[in-house]
Amino acid sequence: MLEHYLSLATKAIFVENLALTFFLGMCSFLAISRKVETAMGLGAAVIVVLGITVPLNQIIHQRLLEPGALSWTGLEDPVDLSFLTYLFLIGTIAAMVQIVEMAIDRFAPRLYRALGVFLPLIAVNCAILGGSLFMVERDYTLAESAVYGVGSGVGWALAIVVLAAIRERLRYSDPPPALRGLGLTFMVMGLMSMAFMAFSGILL
Amino acid sequence: MRKNPRDVLFDPLFEDNPIALQVLGVCSALAVTTRMSTALVMSLAVIGVLVGSNVTVSMIRERVPSNVRIIVQLTIIASLVIVTDQILTAYAYGISQQLSIFVGLIITNCIIMGRAETFAMHNPPGRSFLDGLGNALGYALVLMFVAFFRELLGSGSIFGVTVLAPTTEGGWYRPNGFMVLAPSAFLLIGCFIWILRWWRPEQIEEDFDARALSEPRDQSHIR
Repeated sequence: MLEHYLSLATKAIFVENLALTFFLGMCSFLAISRKVETAMGLGAAVIVVLGITVPLNQIIHQRLLEPGALSWTGLEDPVDLSFLTYLFLIGTIAAMVQIVEMAIDRFAPRLYRALGVFLPLIAVNCAILGGSLFMVERDYTLAESAVYGVGSGVGWALAIVVLAAIRERLRYSDPPPALRGLGLTFMVMGLMSMAFMAFSGILL
Repeated sequence: MRKNPRDVLFDPLFEDNPIALQVLGVCSALAVTTRMSTALVMSLAVIGVLVGSNVTVSMIRERVPSNVRIIVQLTIIASLVIVTDQILTAYAYGISQQLSIFVGLIITNCIIMGRAETFAMHNPPGRSFLDGLGNALGYALVLMFVAFFRELLGSGSIFGVTVLAPTTEGGWYRPNGFMVLAPSAFLLIGCFIWILRWWRPEQIEEDFDARALSEPRDQSHIR
Protein backbone atom coordinates (compact mmCIF):
# COMPACT_ATOMS: atom_id res chain seq x y z
CA MET A 1 0.00 0.00 0.00
CA LEU A 2 2.77 2.39 0.96
CA GLU A 3 4.58 1.63 -2.29
CA HIS A 4 1.46 2.65 -4.18
CA TYR A 5 1.43 6.09 -2.55
CA LEU A 6 5.18 6.52 -2.90
CA SER A 7 5.00 5.73 -6.58
CA LEU A 8 2.06 8.10 -6.99
CA ALA A 9 4.06 10.86 -5.31
CA THR A 10 7.16 10.22 -7.44
CA LYS A 11 5.01 10.26 -10.53
CA ALA A 12 3.38 13.54 -9.54
CA ILE A 13 6.69 15.23 -8.67
CA PHE A 14 8.99 14.07 -11.45
CA VAL A 15 7.40 12.05 -14.24
CA GLU A 16 4.22 14.03 -14.74
CA ASN A 17 5.45 17.39 -13.54
CA LEU A 18 2.52 19.80 -13.86
CA ALA A 19 4.64 22.63 -15.18
CA LEU A 20 7.03 20.85 -17.51
CA THR A 21 4.86 18.04 -18.89
CA PHE A 22 1.38 19.54 -18.85
CA PHE A 23 2.37 23.20 -19.17
CA LEU A 24 0.15 24.21 -16.26
CA GLY A 25 0.53 27.44 -14.32
CA MET A 26 2.74 28.96 -17.00
CA CYS A 27 1.53 32.53 -16.54
CA SER A 28 2.79 32.93 -13.01
CA PHE A 29 5.66 30.58 -13.86
CA LEU A 30 6.98 33.13 -16.35
CA ALA A 31 6.15 36.21 -14.32
CA ILE A 32 7.52 35.19 -10.92
CA SER A 33 10.63 33.26 -11.93
CA ARG A 34 13.06 36.17 -12.02
CA LYS A 35 14.34 35.69 -8.48
CA VAL A 36 14.87 32.49 -6.51
CA GLU A 37 13.48 33.99 -3.32
CA THR A 38 10.09 35.00 -4.73
CA ALA A 39 9.92 31.75 -6.70
CA MET A 40 10.29 29.83 -3.43
CA GLY A 41 7.47 31.86 -1.86
CA LEU A 42 5.12 31.16 -4.72
CA GLY A 43 6.16 27.49 -4.80
CA ALA A 44 5.38 27.08 -1.10
CA ALA A 45 2.00 28.76 -1.53
CA VAL A 46 1.16 26.42 -4.43
CA ILE A 47 2.10 23.34 -2.36
CA VAL A 48 -0.17 24.48 0.49
CA VAL A 49 -3.12 25.35 -1.73
CA LEU A 50 -2.86 22.23 -3.93
CA GLY A 51 -2.49 20.02 -0.86
CA ILE A 52 -5.76 21.41 0.55
CA THR A 53 -7.93 21.91 -2.53
CA VAL A 54 -7.38 18.59 -4.30
CA PRO A 55 -8.62 16.40 -1.40
CA LEU A 56 -11.41 18.87 -0.66
CA ASN A 57 -12.59 18.84 -4.25
CA GLN A 58 -12.38 15.06 -4.19
CA ILE A 59 -14.84 14.97 -1.29
CA ILE A 60 -17.17 17.44 -3.01
CA HIS A 61 -17.02 15.59 -6.29
CA GLN A 62 -17.62 12.20 -4.71
CA ARG A 63 -20.37 13.26 -2.30
CA LEU A 64 -22.27 15.79 -4.40
CA LEU A 65 -21.51 15.80 -8.09
CA GLU A 66 -20.88 12.28 -9.35
CA PRO A 67 -23.77 10.47 -11.03
CA GLY A 68 -25.75 8.87 -8.21
CA ALA A 69 -23.76 10.69 -5.52
CA LEU A 70 -26.90 12.27 -4.13
CA SER A 71 -28.57 8.96 -3.32
CA TRP A 72 -28.32 9.76 0.41
CA THR A 73 -30.96 12.45 -0.03
CA GLY A 74 -33.48 9.76 -0.87
CA LEU A 75 -34.26 11.04 -4.37
CA GLU A 76 -35.68 8.32 -6.59
CA ASP A 77 -33.83 8.99 -9.83
CA PRO A 78 -30.03 9.01 -9.71
CA VAL A 79 -29.13 12.69 -9.99
CA ASP A 80 -26.15 13.59 -12.16
CA LEU A 81 -24.70 16.99 -11.38
CA SER A 82 -21.37 16.41 -13.09
CA PHE A 83 -22.02 19.28 -15.51
CA LEU A 84 -21.54 21.60 -12.53
CA THR A 85 -18.05 20.22 -11.85
CA TYR A 86 -16.11 23.20 -13.23
CA LEU A 87 -18.19 25.75 -11.38
CA PHE A 88 -17.82 23.87 -8.09
CA LEU A 89 -14.09 23.27 -8.49
CA ILE A 90 -13.25 26.90 -9.24
CA GLY A 91 -15.61 28.08 -6.49
CA THR A 92 -13.96 25.83 -3.92
CA ILE A 93 -10.52 26.95 -5.02
CA ALA A 94 -11.36 30.65 -4.85
CA ALA A 95 -12.99 30.24 -1.43
CA MET A 96 -10.16 28.05 -0.12
CA VAL A 97 -7.52 30.55 -1.21
CA GLN A 98 -9.37 33.27 0.70
CA ILE A 99 -9.65 31.11 3.84
CA VAL A 100 -6.03 30.00 3.69
CA GLU A 101 -4.98 33.61 3.28
CA MET A 102 -6.96 34.69 6.33
CA ALA A 103 -5.80 31.72 8.40
CA ILE A 104 -2.15 32.31 7.61
CA ASP A 105 -2.55 36.00 8.34
CA ARG A 106 -4.01 35.17 11.75
CA PHE A 107 -1.80 32.31 12.86
CA ALA A 108 1.49 32.75 11.02
CA PRO A 109 2.04 36.43 10.29
CA ARG A 110 5.64 35.89 9.24
CA LEU A 111 4.64 33.29 6.69
CA TYR A 112 1.88 35.63 5.57
CA ARG A 113 4.35 38.39 4.87
CA ALA A 114 6.37 35.97 2.76
CA LEU A 115 3.42 34.45 0.87
CA GLY A 116 0.88 37.25 1.09
CA VAL A 117 1.26 38.73 -2.35
CA PHE A 118 1.13 35.38 -4.09
CA LEU A 119 -1.99 33.92 -2.54
CA PRO A 120 -4.58 35.91 -4.55
CA LEU A 121 -2.64 35.16 -7.72
CA ILE A 122 -3.01 31.47 -7.04
CA ALA A 123 -6.80 31.38 -7.31
CA VAL A 124 -6.51 31.68 -11.07
CA ASN A 125 -3.40 29.58 -11.43
CA CYS A 126 -4.03 26.81 -13.96
CA ALA A 127 -1.93 24.38 -11.94
CA ILE A 128 -4.40 24.45 -9.05
CA LEU A 129 -7.47 23.85 -11.20
CA GLY A 130 -5.49 21.37 -13.28
CA GLY A 131 -4.65 19.31 -10.19
CA SER A 132 -8.34 19.07 -9.27
CA LEU A 133 -9.37 18.26 -12.84
CA PHE A 134 -6.78 15.48 -13.08
CA MET A 135 -8.10 14.13 -9.78
CA VAL A 136 -11.62 13.99 -11.24
CA GLU A 137 -10.45 12.47 -14.51
CA ARG A 138 -8.33 9.78 -12.87
CA ASP A 139 -10.85 8.93 -10.17
CA TYR A 140 -8.46 9.18 -7.22
CA THR A 141 -9.58 8.13 -3.75
CA LEU A 142 -9.34 10.62 -0.89
CA ALA A 143 -5.92 9.38 0.29
CA GLU A 144 -4.59 9.24 -3.25
CA SER A 145 -5.76 12.76 -3.99
CA ALA A 146 -4.06 14.08 -0.85
CA VAL A 147 -0.78 12.48 -1.95
CA TYR A 148 -1.29 13.68 -5.50
CA GLY A 149 -2.10 17.24 -4.39
CA VAL A 150 1.01 17.65 -2.27
CA GLY A 151 3.18 15.76 -4.76
CA SER A 152 2.20 17.79 -7.78
CA GLY A 153 2.63 20.98 -5.74
CA VAL A 154 6.17 19.95 -4.81
CA GLY A 155 6.90 19.17 -8.46
CA TRP A 156 5.66 22.59 -9.57
CA ALA A 157 7.62 24.37 -6.83
CA LEU A 158 10.76 22.45 -7.77
CA ALA A 159 10.43 23.45 -11.40
CA ILE A 160 9.87 27.16 -10.70
CA VAL A 161 12.79 27.38 -8.26
CA VAL A 162 15.13 25.71 -10.75
CA LEU A 163 13.96 28.01 -13.54
CA ALA A 164 14.44 31.08 -11.33
CA ALA A 165 17.98 29.95 -10.49
CA ILE A 166 18.78 29.53 -14.18
CA ARG A 167 17.31 32.93 -15.04
CA GLU A 168 19.40 34.61 -12.35
CA ARG A 169 22.49 33.24 -14.07
CA LEU A 170 21.18 34.19 -17.52
CA ARG A 171 21.48 37.83 -16.56
CA TYR A 172 25.18 37.64 -17.39
CA SER A 173 24.68 36.10 -20.83
CA ASP A 174 24.53 37.93 -24.13
CA PRO A 175 21.74 36.44 -26.30
CA PRO A 176 20.63 37.86 -29.68
CA PRO A 177 18.40 40.91 -28.99
CA ALA A 178 15.21 39.38 -30.37
CA LEU A 179 15.59 36.35 -28.14
CA ARG A 180 16.03 38.33 -24.93
CA GLY A 181 13.58 37.80 -22.14
CA LEU A 182 10.57 35.70 -23.02
CA GLY A 183 11.99 33.83 -25.99
CA LEU A 184 15.05 32.68 -24.10
CA THR A 185 12.96 31.70 -21.09
CA PHE A 186 10.91 29.40 -23.28
CA MET A 187 14.07 27.82 -24.67
CA VAL A 188 15.38 27.25 -21.14
CA MET A 189 12.09 25.65 -20.13
CA GLY A 190 12.32 23.38 -23.16
CA LEU A 191 15.76 22.21 -22.02
CA MET A 192 14.53 21.72 -18.44
CA SER A 193 11.56 19.76 -19.71
CA MET A 194 13.98 17.55 -21.64
CA ALA A 195 16.00 16.98 -18.48
CA PHE A 196 12.87 16.00 -16.58
CA MET A 197 12.05 13.46 -19.29
CA ALA A 198 14.95 11.44 -17.97
CA PHE A 199 12.67 10.58 -15.04
CA SER A 200 10.02 8.99 -17.24
CA GLY A 201 9.49 5.33 -16.62
CA ILE A 202 10.57 5.47 -12.98
CA LEU A 203 8.42 3.15 -10.90
CA LEU A 204 8.82 2.37 -7.25
CA MET B 1 -6.01 57.31 -27.11
CA ARG B 2 -8.86 55.44 -28.72
CA LYS B 3 -8.01 53.03 -31.45
CA ASN B 4 -10.24 52.53 -34.46
CA PRO B 5 -12.14 49.22 -34.58
CA ARG B 6 -9.86 47.73 -37.22
CA ASP B 7 -6.83 48.07 -34.97
CA VAL B 8 -8.74 46.66 -32.02
CA LEU B 9 -9.38 43.55 -34.10
CA PHE B 10 -6.03 43.10 -35.83
CA ASP B 11 -3.45 44.42 -33.37
CA PRO B 12 -3.51 41.31 -31.18
CA LEU B 13 -2.41 39.17 -34.14
CA PHE B 14 1.16 40.44 -34.45
CA GLU B 15 1.57 43.84 -32.79
CA ASP B 16 0.25 42.83 -29.40
CA ASN B 17 -0.02 39.06 -29.47
CA PRO B 18 -1.51 37.70 -26.24
CA ILE B 19 0.99 34.87 -25.97
CA ALA B 20 4.14 36.38 -27.40
CA LEU B 21 3.93 39.87 -25.92
CA GLN B 22 1.36 40.00 -23.15
CA VAL B 23 2.50 36.58 -21.80
CA LEU B 24 -1.06 35.44 -21.17
CA GLY B 25 -2.65 32.08 -21.64
CA VAL B 26 0.44 30.05 -22.30
CA CYS B 27 -0.75 27.35 -19.93
CA SER B 28 -3.09 25.50 -22.18
CA ALA B 29 -1.55 26.65 -25.42
CA LEU B 30 1.12 24.01 -25.54
CA ALA B 31 -0.38 20.77 -24.38
CA VAL B 32 -2.97 20.51 -27.13
CA THR B 33 -0.65 21.16 -30.04
CA THR B 34 0.57 17.68 -30.94
CA ARG B 35 -2.08 17.49 -33.68
CA MET B 36 -3.59 20.26 -35.76
CA SER B 37 -7.14 18.99 -35.31
CA THR B 38 -7.01 19.26 -31.50
CA ALA B 39 -5.32 22.66 -31.76
CA LEU B 40 -8.08 23.86 -34.11
CA VAL B 41 -10.87 22.66 -31.81
CA MET B 42 -9.12 24.24 -28.82
CA SER B 43 -8.76 27.53 -30.74
CA LEU B 44 -12.45 27.50 -31.66
CA ALA B 45 -13.40 26.84 -28.04
CA VAL B 46 -11.24 29.74 -26.84
CA ILE B 47 -12.63 32.05 -29.55
CA GLY B 48 -16.16 31.22 -28.42
CA VAL B 49 -15.50 31.67 -24.71
CA LEU B 50 -13.38 34.81 -25.05
CA VAL B 51 -15.85 36.60 -27.35
CA GLY B 52 -18.76 35.54 -25.16
CA SER B 53 -17.13 36.57 -21.90
CA ASN B 54 -15.87 39.89 -23.27
CA VAL B 55 -19.32 40.85 -24.55
CA THR B 56 -21.11 39.72 -21.38
CA VAL B 57 -18.66 41.39 -19.00
CA SER B 58 -18.82 44.57 -21.04
CA MET B 59 -22.62 44.59 -21.01
CA ILE B 60 -22.84 44.38 -17.23
CA ARG B 61 -19.73 46.46 -16.50
CA GLU B 62 -21.64 49.42 -15.09
CA ARG B 63 -23.86 47.35 -12.81
CA VAL B 64 -21.21 45.25 -11.04
CA PRO B 65 -19.65 46.64 -7.84
CA SER B 66 -15.92 46.58 -8.35
CA ASN B 67 -15.13 44.56 -5.23
CA VAL B 68 -17.05 41.50 -6.44
CA ARG B 69 -16.17 41.80 -10.10
CA ILE B 70 -13.60 38.99 -10.10
CA ILE B 71 -16.09 36.45 -8.79
CA VAL B 72 -18.70 37.66 -11.30
CA GLN B 73 -16.22 37.35 -14.16
CA LEU B 74 -15.18 33.89 -13.01
CA THR B 75 -18.79 32.73 -12.87
CA ILE B 76 -19.51 34.06 -16.37
CA ILE B 77 -16.39 32.40 -17.75
CA ALA B 78 -17.03 29.11 -15.96
CA SER B 79 -20.61 28.99 -17.27
CA LEU B 80 -19.45 29.65 -20.83
CA VAL B 81 -16.81 26.94 -20.51
CA ILE B 82 -19.40 24.46 -19.24
CA VAL B 83 -21.57 25.17 -22.29
CA THR B 84 -18.57 24.79 -24.60
CA ASP B 85 -17.61 21.55 -22.92
CA GLN B 86 -21.13 20.13 -23.24
CA ILE B 87 -21.25 21.07 -26.94
CA LEU B 88 -17.89 19.43 -27.58
CA THR B 89 -18.90 16.26 -25.72
CA ALA B 90 -22.10 16.09 -27.74
CA TYR B 91 -20.76 16.79 -31.23
CA ALA B 92 -17.04 15.99 -31.16
CA TYR B 93 -16.66 13.28 -28.56
CA GLY B 94 -13.36 11.85 -29.79
CA ILE B 95 -11.59 15.19 -29.82
CA SER B 96 -13.06 16.25 -26.49
CA GLN B 97 -11.55 13.08 -24.99
CA GLN B 98 -8.15 13.99 -26.46
CA LEU B 99 -8.37 17.51 -25.06
CA SER B 100 -9.11 15.92 -21.65
CA ILE B 101 -8.80 18.54 -18.91
CA PHE B 102 -7.71 21.38 -21.14
CA VAL B 103 -11.23 22.49 -22.04
CA GLY B 104 -11.93 22.93 -18.34
CA LEU B 105 -8.70 24.83 -17.97
CA ILE B 106 -9.99 27.56 -20.28
CA ILE B 107 -11.59 28.91 -17.08
CA THR B 108 -8.21 29.81 -15.67
CA ASN B 109 -6.77 30.82 -19.03
CA CYS B 110 -5.24 34.17 -18.23
CA ILE B 111 -6.14 35.65 -21.63
CA ILE B 112 -9.82 35.53 -20.79
CA MET B 113 -9.55 37.02 -17.30
CA GLY B 114 -6.92 39.44 -18.56
CA ARG B 115 -9.04 40.81 -21.41
CA ALA B 116 -12.18 40.97 -19.26
CA GLU B 117 -10.28 42.93 -16.64
CA THR B 118 -8.24 45.26 -18.84
CA PHE B 119 -10.52 45.80 -21.84
CA ALA B 120 -14.12 44.68 -21.41
CA MET B 121 -14.52 46.49 -18.07
CA HIS B 122 -13.79 49.82 -19.77
CA ASN B 123 -15.29 49.50 -23.25
CA PRO B 124 -18.72 49.08 -24.85
CA PRO B 125 -19.84 45.61 -26.04
CA GLY B 126 -19.11 46.21 -29.74
CA ARG B 127 -15.45 47.05 -29.21
CA SER B 128 -15.12 44.31 -26.60
CA PHE B 129 -16.43 41.84 -29.17
CA LEU B 130 -13.71 42.88 -31.62
CA ASP B 131 -11.04 42.83 -28.93
CA GLY B 132 -12.11 39.34 -27.82
CA LEU B 133 -12.13 38.07 -31.37
CA GLY B 134 -8.74 39.61 -32.12
CA ASN B 135 -7.05 38.23 -29.03
CA ALA B 136 -8.56 34.79 -29.52
CA LEU B 137 -7.31 34.83 -33.11
CA GLY B 138 -3.84 35.85 -31.91
CA TYR B 139 -3.92 32.88 -29.53
CA ALA B 140 -5.18 30.59 -32.31
CA LEU B 141 -2.37 31.81 -34.59
CA VAL B 142 0.36 30.71 -32.16
CA LEU B 143 -1.44 27.43 -31.49
CA MET B 144 -1.75 26.59 -35.18
CA PHE B 145 1.89 27.59 -35.83
CA VAL B 146 3.17 25.26 -33.12
CA ALA B 147 0.75 22.45 -34.04
CA PHE B 148 1.68 22.68 -37.74
CA PHE B 149 5.35 21.96 -37.07
CA ARG B 150 4.70 19.40 -34.35
CA GLU B 151 2.33 17.35 -36.47
CA LEU B 152 4.28 17.75 -39.73
CA LEU B 153 7.66 16.81 -38.25
CA GLY B 154 6.35 14.51 -35.54
CA SER B 155 4.05 12.29 -37.57
CA GLY B 156 4.51 13.51 -41.15
CA SER B 157 0.93 14.66 -41.60
CA ILE B 158 -1.26 17.77 -41.59
CA PHE B 159 -4.78 17.48 -40.17
CA GLY B 160 -4.28 13.71 -40.21
CA VAL B 161 -3.54 13.65 -43.95
CA THR B 162 -0.14 12.11 -44.63
CA VAL B 163 2.18 14.59 -46.33
CA LEU B 164 5.58 13.08 -45.65
CA ALA B 165 5.23 9.30 -45.98
CA PRO B 166 6.75 7.80 -42.81
CA THR B 167 9.18 4.87 -42.99
CA THR B 168 6.83 2.67 -40.98
CA GLU B 169 4.43 2.76 -43.93
CA GLY B 170 7.09 2.25 -46.57
CA GLY B 171 7.83 5.92 -47.20
CA TRP B 172 11.06 7.88 -46.84
CA TYR B 173 10.38 10.19 -43.89
CA ARG B 174 11.56 9.11 -40.48
CA PRO B 175 9.21 10.83 -38.00
CA ASN B 176 10.95 12.98 -35.44
CA GLY B 177 9.63 11.51 -32.20
CA PHE B 178 10.95 14.49 -30.24
CA MET B 179 8.30 16.73 -31.80
CA VAL B 180 5.51 14.75 -30.15
CA LEU B 181 7.00 15.25 -26.68
CA ALA B 182 6.52 18.22 -24.37
CA PRO B 183 9.92 20.02 -24.73
CA SER B 184 9.46 20.66 -28.45
CA ALA B 185 6.47 22.89 -27.72
CA PHE B 186 8.59 25.14 -25.50
CA LEU B 187 11.33 25.35 -28.12
CA LEU B 188 8.88 26.06 -30.97
CA ILE B 189 7.11 28.81 -29.06
CA GLY B 190 10.51 30.28 -28.21
CA CYS B 191 11.31 30.29 -31.93
CA PHE B 192 7.95 31.91 -32.73
CA ILE B 193 8.71 34.76 -30.33
CA TRP B 194 12.24 35.01 -31.73
CA ILE B 195 10.97 35.34 -35.32
CA LEU B 196 8.21 37.77 -34.31
CA ARG B 197 10.59 40.06 -32.47
CA TRP B 198 13.19 39.90 -35.19
CA TRP B 199 10.48 41.02 -37.62
CA ARG B 200 9.07 43.66 -35.21
CA PRO B 201 12.13 44.90 -33.29
CA GLU B 202 10.08 47.36 -31.25
CA GLN B 203 8.81 44.41 -29.18
CA ILE B 204 12.29 43.53 -27.92
CA GLU B 205 12.62 43.80 -24.15
CA GLU B 206 15.25 46.45 -23.49
CA ASP B 207 16.67 45.38 -20.18
CA PHE B 208 14.59 42.44 -19.24
CA ASP B 209 16.03 41.72 -15.84
CA ALA B 210 16.02 45.28 -14.61
CA ARG B 211 12.28 45.49 -15.16
CA ALA B 212 10.89 45.34 -11.66
CA LEU B 213 8.00 43.02 -10.90
CA SER B 214 6.06 45.82 -9.30
CA GLU B 215 5.85 47.62 -12.61
CA PRO B 216 2.90 46.09 -14.43
CA ARG B 217 3.57 46.10 -18.14
CA ASP B 218 -0.10 45.68 -18.93
CA GLN B 219 -0.90 49.30 -18.12
CA SER B 220 -0.26 50.23 -21.72
CA HIS B 221 -3.01 47.89 -22.88
CA ILE B 222 -5.76 49.73 -21.05
CA ARG B 223 -7.03 52.01 -23.69
